[in-house]
Amino acid sequence: MTAVLTQPRPIRLKGRSYLALTLTPELPFEDWLVRLDDLAGRSAGFFLRRPVVLDVEGLEIDRAQLRDLVGKLGARNVRIMGIEGARPSMLGNDLPPAMSGGKTTGDIEEPTAEPAKEAPVAESVAVTPAAPLPAKAVASIIVTQPVRSGQSIFAEGDVTIVGSVASGAEVIAGGSIHIYGTLRGRAMAGTLGNAEARIFCRKLEAELVGIDGYYKTAEDLEPSLRGKPVQFWLEGETFTGGSLA
Amino acid sequence: MGKVIVVTSGKGGVGKTTSSAALGAALAQSGDKVVVVDFDVGLRNLDLIMGAERRVVYDLVNVIQGEAKLTQALIRDKRVETLYLLPASQTRDKDNLTSEGVEKVIGALKSHFDWVICDSPAGIERGATLAMRHADIAIVVTNPEVSSVRDSDRIIGLLDSKTLKAENGERMEKHLLLTRYDPARAERGDMLKVDDVLEILSIPLLGIIPESMDVLRASNIGSPVTLADERSAPALAYFDAVRRLKGENLPMTIPGEKRGFFGKIFGRKAA
Repeated sequence: MTAVLTQPRPIRLKGRSYLALTLTPELPFEDWLVRLDDLAGRSAGFFLRRPVVLDVEGLEIDRAQLRDLVGKLGARNVRIMGIEGARPSMLGNDLPPAMSGGKTTGDIEEPTAEPAKEAPVAESVAVTPAAPLPAKAVASIIVTQPVRSGQSIFAEGDVTIVGSVASGAEVIAGGSIHIYGTLRGRAMAGTLGNAEARIFCRKLEAELVGIDGYYKTAEDLEPSLRGKPVQFWLEGETFTGGSLA
Repeated sequence: MGKVIVVTSGKGGVGKTTSSAALGAALAQSGDKVVVVDFDVGLRNLDLIMGAERRVVYDLVNVIQGEAKLTQALIRDKRVETLYLLPASQTRDKDNLTSEGVEKVIGALKSHFDWVICDSPAGIERGATLAMRHADIAIVVTNPEVSSVRDSDRIIGLLDSKTLKAENGERMEKHLLLTRYDPARAERGDMLKVDDVLEILSIPLLGIIPESMDVLRASNIGSPVTLADERSAPALAYFDAVRRLKGENLPMTIPGEKRGFFGKIFGRKAA
């Protein structure tokens, strides 16, 4: 029998990029899970209902170990939507699909026209090697109202908030976060892999601050910074905070 | 066209119903035509506070479902001629409130009254979101303690996103009503101070209602506090709040700042 096309309208498939948290487990998993529990315990609900990608690049593990890890994370309410950096042989139908290139992506790669030879180069001016194209301007936003409890602000670039961030609110930015008010909720900067990002606030009362995957919760923050104008940055792998005043 | 006010808070037990009744009565006492609508379907209390519990025949849900006319459900207050109550249903649940039904009722009330005051249930579910949906003005009732302040903050976020005004790109007029305020305890640090609450919520202050036995006494005799004892401290605070709501610019007094007899004398001498 020949299948007859009765539906002239094709199914629409679209590509789209989303922001997901990436977890990078370390061996031995038992120790790593203890640390994860610690973070989750201090910041309840942090992983709940968030898309999480597991990055196992460079880990010497087998399929059973991976399945075990995904199961243990599932038991902690961490739902893995995909696995990055695993050999295809390790992933079966019972595991989340492989993900690759979890980097910032534009919607569609713009076809870069072959740089046409500068036709007649006037005189023999050495053509300076094409300066690296200016990074595509990422969307930065300015919020002119207080961020209320339960609200979530996200931008791929910088986030500037003219007002306070309430307890129970969160601000997530690919770039830096500037808060001209009190930070009482959570702020996560550089979430798209930008270790240069910083967090600034006029008054620090935060529940959690993080840059490029490194976090500090309220208890870990230096008590002397509380209530002060503060900035946070990364020094190598050390999460550092200092008074701005 | 009348103005629609929602009295809301997020947290329960902070004084939404007491404030709805007191503000409604105070507005009516100034001569305006007022209706107070109870949106707390299933846990109605406004009829008790307003002393009309034995006069409820039809309710909001009956009107929405077309079982009664609006005029049949409205209860006129026996003390103030221009004050009306639209009670909630005690036997149904909030699922009986439909968005279209509420819109129709509010629309009809707006054309008959100067003020439509919607007493919102606690929480952020259906009843609360429907109560705030058609409002022009929101009065956020908050107690000076952290859980109440955070819940109010959440509600303000919803007022700025889930209401008709917000969806049309307009700004909802919001006022803070600080209730159950005890200056002595705030001074001792047992309560948040007025400035702390204002700093966190950053919306204009409509009034500060002192913690007082008069409020409890008034609700037990089924009378809004502004009707029960017009000279009591909470009643005066509600009257001031109403004048501010109507656009008057009154200095904000923190109740309880009254000095004793000697304090007054020395205060004057020093001035």
